[in-house]
Amino acid sequence: MKLVIIDYGAGNTQSVKFAFQRLGMAPVLSSDKDEILSADKIIFLGVGHAKAAMEVLKEKKLDVLIPQLKQPVLGICLGMQLLCKHSEEGDTECLNVFDADVKLFEPKLKVPHIGWNDTMGLHSKNGSVWNFNKDYFYFVHSYYVPVNDFTSAICNYVTDFSAAIQKNNFYAVQFHPEKSGAAGEQLLKQFLSI
Amino acid sequence: MLTKRIIPCLDIKDGQTVKGVNFENLRYAGDPVELAMIYANEGADELVFLDITATHEKRKTLAALVEKIAAKINIPFSVGGGISSVEDVNILLKSGADKVSVNSAAVKNPQLINDIADKFGSQCLILAIDAKETTGNWKVYLNGGRLETELELFTWAKEGEQRGAGEILFTSMNHDGTKNGFANVALRQLSETVNIPIIASGGAGNMEHFYETFTAGKCDAALAASIFHFGEIKIKALKEYLYQKQIPVRL
Repeated sequence: MKLVIIDYGAGNTQSVKFAFQRLGMAPVLSSDKDEILSADKIIFLGVGHAKAAMEVLKEKKLDVLIPQLKQPVLGICLGMQLLCKHSEEGDTECLNVFDADVKLFEPKLKVPHIGWNDTMGLHSKNGSVWNFNKDYFYFVHSYYVPVNDFTSAICNYVTDFSAAIQKNNFYAVQFHPEKSGAAGEQLLKQFLSI
Repeated sequence: MLTKRIIPCLDIKDGQTVKGVNFENLRYAGDPVELAMIYANEGADELVFLDITATHEKRKTLAALVEKIAAKINIPFSVGGGISSVEDVNILLKSGADKVSVNSAAVKNPQLINDIADKFGSQCLILAIDAKETTGNWKVYLNGGRLETELELFTWAKEGEQRGAGEILFTSMNHDGTKNGFANVALRQLSETVNIPIIASGGAGNMEHFYETFTAGKCDAALAASIFHFGEIKIKALKEYLYQKQIPVRL
C-alpha cells in the first residue's frame, strides 16, 4: 500500500510519519501532484494558523487538488479544519469538502483545549467508521467544528463538538492519533484497513 | 471530560538523563529514550525533556535525541532548555517535538513569545516560569533560578498569555525539592489570572499532593521528576488513586 503524507511544511509531519512507521508502513512525504494522485491512501495534517496554511496550500495548488482526491484521505487536527468551508481563525475560506464552519471556543473554560479527552465514535449512526467508546485521545486546539451531519465522533469541551467528521472518502479527526497512545494507533490501523 | 495530565520530567545532559533512575529491567539507566518508553507505557500523559547543557554546540545532539524519542513514543512531549530563537524552535519541531518550552530567553526578549506563536502556533509553546516567594511577593528568576529579576510572577504570566503562550509551566523554587506539596495558593491564583492551562511543578512528594494541586491548586497538569525516577510513586498507581478520588484521569 502506498501511503502519502501531504507535505506542505506543517509542523507535525515528522510525528505522523513516525507513527505510521511504527505500524510497519513506509509513508512518502510529498507535495507533488502526481505523487499524491498515485497514493492508495493520503494523510492531510497541519498545526498552526488556518490562514497561513491555506496560503501555502494555494501556492502549491494543493487547494484545487485535495478536494478532488478519490482515495481515502485522513485529515488530522488543522487538516480537519481546513477540509471545512470556513474558519473563524483569520476569517479564512477553506477547502469546502465539508459544508461546515470552524469556530473559536468560547472562553468559558481554558483555551486552547489541551489534553486527553474521552471521545465517542458514532458507529451506530451515520455509518461512522469509528466504533470507539469513550476512548481517550489527545487534543490540542482552540477552534472546533460544531456537531453537524458529517459528525462521526463526538467529544465535549465547553460544548459538544465534532471529534471526527466523515464524508465519502474523506475522514478527518480533530485529535492527534499519532500522539494518542494505543487508542491512536488503533485508529490509524483502522484507517489503513478501510 | 478533559482529564488532568501527569507529566514526568526528564533532565538531559549530553544526551543522557541526569537525575538518578531506579527501574528494574532497565538496561541503560541513563537512556532517555528507554525511560520515555517506560513512562509512556505506564500511563504518563505527556513528557517534558529539559536539556540542562543546552549550549549551542549541543543543539545538534539535542535535535538528534528528539528525533529518536519521536520515533519511539506515541504520546506528546515538549523540549526545553536554552531555547532562544525561532530557528531553535524550528529545528526541534522539525525533529519531532510537539512543543517547546521557553524560559530565560523569553524574559530577556518577550517578543520571542510572539514570534514563536505567530510562526508555529500557541499550541506548541509552553512558557516556563521559575519563581520564588519572599515577603508575599513572587519574583521571577532566570538561568535555572540563579538570577533574580524585577518581574512579578502573575504579571509576567498574563503578559506571556497575551503574547501567545499556549500553556504555563510554573515551578515554585520555594517548593522544588522539598517533597512537601505544590505551591497551590500561587497556582490557584495563576489559574484565575490567565485562561490557558497551568502545569504545576515543584514539591511533589506523595499522591495526595497531586490531588491537592488539581483541586486546591486548580491545575490542569502536574509535573514531577525524582519521585517517578526513583519509583517512589508509580504513575499507574497514582492515576488509579486520583480516579478513586474523582479526579478525571486517563486510565
